[in-house]
Amino acid sequence: MRGFLEWLGGTEGSRALLESQYAWPLIESAHVMGVALFLGTVIVGDLRLAGIGFTSIRPDEVLRRMRPFVLSGFGVMVLTGVLIFYSNPVRYYHDLFFRAKMGLIFVAVLNAFLFHRAARLGNRGGVRPGIAVSAWGAAAISLTVWALVVVAGRLIAYNWFACDIQPQPGWVNKLAGCPVTAAASP
Amino acid sequence: MEATGVGTAVRQSVWAFPILEAVHLVGLALLGAAVLAGDLRLMGLGLISASPGAVLAHCRPWLAAAVIAMAATGIPMLLSEAVKCYYATAFWVKMGTLPPALALTWAGRRRLIRQDPPGHTGATRVQGAVSVLLWLTVAAAGRWIGFSA
Repeated sequence: MRGFLEWLGGTEGSRALLESQYAWPLIESAHVMGVALFLGTVIVGDLRLAGIGFTSIRPDEVLRRMRPFVLSGFGVMVLTGVLIFYSNPVRYYHDLFFRAKMGLIFVAVLNAFLFHRAARLGNRGGVRPGIAVSAWGAAAISLTVWALVVVAGRLIAYNWFACDIQPQPGWVNKLAGCPVTAAASP
Repeated sequence: MEATGVGTAVRQSVWAFPILEAVHLVGLALLGAAVLAGDLRLMGLGLISASPGAVLAHCRPWLAAAVIAMAATGIPMLLSEAVKCYYATAFWVKMGTLPPALALTWAGRRRLIRQDPPGHTGATRVQGAVSVLLWLTVAAAGRWIGFSA
């Protein structure tokens, strides 16, 4: 894995992107504005599912109307995110906050997938009763986990736990997968 | 401004500024929800099964909450690096586009909530589009303050 990422980071495109004066900040800004589009429209649906916003409109109607914006926003996030990762693959691979962010995204997407599957089954004939309760729970999980994704994402910018700044506590080096030699570790 | 208690405290702490930034960004997501749900409806997109006035009214408490969260996190960040902001073009672009954006989404929307027109018109489409463009400029300029030396 690390060998591949080192090769990737050494490619011409990756170096050009990292050293660019305008491309990198522009891609990063697009990633931030994508937060407003993607997470903003996710939040609209979650507020309705939780029963605390947009309450005069049916929940499935709100989700259906927001879907194209959620999906296009997700596309913007993935595209710009992959480019940012490509600009410095080894650094992000060993970043504690990046790893936390990827784990949290997995949880948030899994939550959305499980909720939609349960809702579909429920609509077909009540195979899964109690959707009203799980809708509130799914919305609460979604809002909490996506907020943590944003926080973890913003903190990637800070190198408190970077592998090349040693000594770090043992658990940091372990979680970040830092290739620490015996001589360098405290 | 930088000599104020808040400004000094944020500058001296390792964690304060990053946490303020992160919460500011979570606030941006909530602001995105309140701005987009309403402005998309004004443009004839999104929640079109309800009237524009009804959607705007639903957005209002979340808009207020988001603006309060943005100010509560943004002002301490400004106090911690007021001089840098003063010399950053991006900061002044943000301060120039923020008041009209706020006026359009707060006062401009209130007018439509009161009138409650049955559907979107050419005028509401323009209002929605101008609002989205203004807020995008506020957000992009805000991010660019961080890139300023």
